[in-house]
Amino acid sequence: MQWETVIGLEVHVQLSTQSKIFSGSRNAFGAEPNTQASLIDLGMPGVLPVLNQDAVHKAIKFGLGINAEIAPRSVFARKNYFYPDLPKGYQISQYELPIVGKGFVDITLEDGTVKRIGVTRAHLEEDAGKSLHEDFHGQSGIDLNRAGTPLLEIVSEPDMRSAEEAVAYLKAIHSIIRYLDISDGNMAEGSMRCDCNVSVRLKGEEKFGTRREVKNVNSFRFVEKAINVEAQWQIDELESGRKIQQCTVLYDSAKNETRAMRSKEEANDYRYFPDPDLLPVEITENMINTMRATLPELPAQKIERFMGELELSEYDARVLAADRAVADYFEQVVKESGAKPKQAANWVSGDLLGALNKNDLSIEQSPVSAAQLAGLIKRIVDNTISGKIAKQVFEELWSNGGTADSIIESKGLKQETDTGAIEAIVDQVIASSPDQVAQYLAADEIKRKKLIGYFVGQIMKLSKGKANPQLVNDILAKKLI
Amino acid sequence: MHDKTLNGLADALATRQVSSVELTRHFLDRIKRFDPQLNSFITVTEAQALEQAAAADTARAAGKAGRLTGVPIAHKDIFCTTGVKTSCGSKMLDNFIAPYNATVVEKMNSAGLVMLGKTNMDEFAMGSSNESSFYGPVKNPWNTAYVPGGSSGGSAAAVAARLAPAATGTDTGGSIRQPASLSGITGLKPTYGRVSRWGMIAFASSLDQAGPMAQTAEDAALLLNVMAGFDERDSTSTNIEVPDYTATLNNSLEGLRIGLPKEFFGAGLDAGVEKCVQDAIREYEKLGAKIVEISLPNTHLSIPAYYVIAPAEASSNLSRFDGVRFGYRCKSPDNLEDLYKRSRGEGFGDEVKRRILIGTYALSAGYYDAYYLKAQKVRRLIKNDFDAAFAKVDVIMGPTAPHAGFKLGEKAANPVSMYLSDIYTISVNMAGLPGLSLPAGRADGLPVGLQIIGNYFDEARLLNVAHRYQQVTDWHTQLPAAFA
Amino acid sequence: MALELKDVAKIAHLARLQVTDAEIPAVTQRLSTILELIEQLQAAPTDGIEPMAHPTDAVQRLRPDVVTETDRRNDYQRIAPAVEDGLYLVPKVIE
Repeated sequence: MQWETVIGLEVHVQLSTQSKIFSGSRNAFGAEPNTQASLIDLGMPGVLPVLNQDAVHKAIKFGLGINAEIAPRSVFARKNYFYPDLPKGYQISQYELPIVGKGFVDITLEDGTVKRIGVTRAHLEEDAGKSLHEDFHGQSGIDLNRAGTPLLEIVSEPDMRSAEEAVAYLKAIHSIIRYLDISDGNMAEGSMRCDCNVSVRLKGEEKFGTRREVKNVNSFRFVEKAINVEAQWQIDELESGRKIQQCTVLYDSAKNETRAMRSKEEANDYRYFPDPDLLPVEITENMINTMRATLPELPAQKIERFMGELELSEYDARVLAADRAVADYFEQVVKESGAKPKQAANWVSGDLLGALNKNDLSIEQSPVSAAQLAGLIKRIVDNTISGKIAKQVFEELWSNGGTADSIIESKGLKQETDTGAIEAIVDQVIASSPDQVAQYLAADEIKRKKLIGYFVGQIMKLSKGKANPQLVNDILAKKLI
Repeated sequence: MHDKTLNGLADALATRQVSSVELTRHFLDRIKRFDPQLNSFITVTEAQALEQAAAADTARAAGKAGRLTGVPIAHKDIFCTTGVKTSCGSKMLDNFIAPYNATVVEKMNSAGLVMLGKTNMDEFAMGSSNESSFYGPVKNPWNTAYVPGGSSGGSAAAVAARLAPAATGTDTGGSIRQPASLSGITGLKPTYGRVSRWGMIAFASSLDQAGPMAQTAEDAALLLNVMAGFDERDSTSTNIEVPDYTATLNNSLEGLRIGLPKEFFGAGLDAGVEKCVQDAIREYEKLGAKIVEISLPNTHLSIPAYYVIAPAEASSNLSRFDGVRFGYRCKSPDNLEDLYKRSRGEGFGDEVKRRILIGTYALSAGYYDAYYLKAQKVRRLIKNDFDAAFAKVDVIMGPTAPHAGFKLGEKAANPVSMYLSDIYTISVNMAGLPGLSLPAGRADGLPVGLQIIGNYFDEARLLNVAHRYQQVTDWHTQLPAAFA
Repeated sequence: MALELKDVAKIAHLARLQVTDAEIPAVTQRLSTILELIEQLQAAPTDGIEPMAHPTDAVQRLRPDVVTETDRRNDYQRIAPAVEDGLYLVPKVIE
């Protein structure tokens, strides 16, 4: 039987505001427990919420970023349920009238095809606190610092058909929120969290199968694994003649399996109703236009410009535009080095990103700044050093800092461009390699191209890599006749 | 001194006939002497009151006194008061020492008023007789076998017996006006949004409003001057300038158009009450007012709609009382569910639980449209009735409650019969309008209130209309003999 | 509409209110009386009527994104039933 997996994602993004969505508490990760929980966050008797303007602005920006309708009037509703990390016994969320309506995100699949994924809606809500399960004499500890952190919940259409598509969509959302600077998107710290709705059906079937929701998957890799393992589990169940029960499951990354949650298993009845403490949010055309004017160039536009104006390959353009910080880094390198964009692209996407990945660092944590890298490439462009020596300088910059110029100077890496000095070395190599010279002279054009490598290698070795390769080639060509 | 109004006491302080400390002691002594008969206070803050009074005297000596500096008052125990128990009449909050002040309390403190204590109330303001308090019922000073009304029954009884010159109250479906009526004082529920709800423990957020409970309309105006105003901590607070409510008290009533809704004078209205109201209306005619018969055709729907909307909001508002961060927690819970169910089951009284259950039911899947949404539509019908009426009249008058005080325990067995005692007040909260009750006579020896309903933010006119009546009558100056 | 015993048990659970089996019949009876009162709503003609959630037509005011709160954990936890290491304690939460 041919099965097809159907996936929809609910992505929760913590907005990077200074204060919380309904209170003036600091919105920051990692503080001592409950030191960022104010009267409002604690749900004390008599307190009232007031909506943070910046949370609204960030939601509007996101809406514009995914080509969505922004609701002129949206309403906050209470979602009622009891849980110790939910201080008021209800979460302030949006239900019938979310702030962001239908939009879409285009993703590019491995074979290069572009697929459009629908976004059903995105709404503002408050985050809950955290239950810590370390043992407090058989009890759990509750930290409400996170309670009231502004969240944007982004709900996709069930448009994805594989874990790869889901990851591509999630990466596209990640890229957009980072570009818009509305969240740091840090999945490890929970700034971006993902619930995956997964179902399977026979290929060709129009009706969706019963879905199970995989809660709170916290990395791109786990999203891929969780969806695959969940889809396979469902296929196995169906093939064994069992039915899928709609429920919420957790992904256990250690065992690479999904399992139904024990709590919250009762059919939830959230009793949504408009929050009487908050009035309808009105968003004017004027406010939308103001926000539109602040929008940066988004990934799709950037890729287009990199391919057009900068003549990069599509692959390079995508790699460099995926993250706003990487793209900014790259553009600074191009500007300051005076190099051709392709050359700068090779350094950034190859050497730099390679080293960052190897060391598990983000671009913000890079030991080599864009200015430092530009300083290095500048010296390749003006022939002060060769590309090969440049790699050596890069390693030095990475480990010990400094500038390319100071490293070139102190290590004496400056390229040899004195024709006389290079001629002397060329003569020395020709003189000590009579057999190779004879072989070379007897060979045809095609073979000669291969054989000349030997001479270049020897010359570079003797010059400690500093001889200008172009000059070496020119002189060799003249002498080997 | 206790026979003086708030305004009179302010004069006495200003002319140094008495110090704030002396005045405060006087009222504290009266509370000690009389409150055992009434049970109108949950907490008396003697030490703090004397400190505030001394500070008020110092301020006055330094020439920094305002109109009400040094005047004692009482706060309904629904307003959070820093460092003082704020119980909301519930076992749930019997141990709750509020860590902050309500805006109303903050404003009163800033104006130099002295807090005598926190008054008794129906649990979480749910009730019309003050019998649902965890701290026991409050007695009506006019006859202690009777209820004082509710839910601000403690404030009403304390002012009626002059244990405090004035008090704060809150009104969700009549909780200022109905006890003001039954206890023979003047009480004003302002327009929704006029007074900040910050720090006022929520019952039904879209209906709750705080207001003054006083001897006279003039006193109520003085207090509203302090209480009213925009508060950036309350999203539902309205940013409209606060007039000086005392400035227009003496405006002429010549040509005032008074609407009498025929629905307020039908079946269920006690004959004694009706007579008092008719007499009051004749006084107004003498003052130059014109009577216009009007109709508020959806009045009968206000109670059923209210008993969906208020419990629905309450069921959610009261979810925060879970035994985790403050308030009552049951002994040795077996697990999380046990913690919730027993803390709430043991911490809340019967009426509160009933309303939480009704509200939960009305919002639950499958019933939302039939109950909650339907009630919200009916709410619009009720508001539309008032809008149409105010196109024709300046104020609306009628009885505050269908009867004078009833006996303790009389309606306890049947919650619905209790609910019906708010028939004339509830629609005002549904529409969000201001309403005032003032003493307008007695039926079988018990006070009867006249209700005056105004258009949005027309509190100044309500107070003016009430004040002019009080210039020509003396119901408001009478106090029960036992507390003279 | 008559309320059944099992409805009351269900809503009591949703509301996390302990209502013992012995109490349920009496509670059900009282709630039914209140529901009868509420049923009057059904006769109201409300076609085309916009639901009214707030007494005023105002729209939500937006607060500038500024941190105004400081750490007052000690004040707030002084009134808590059970705390340790700055955390509120509850019976074990099971996921």
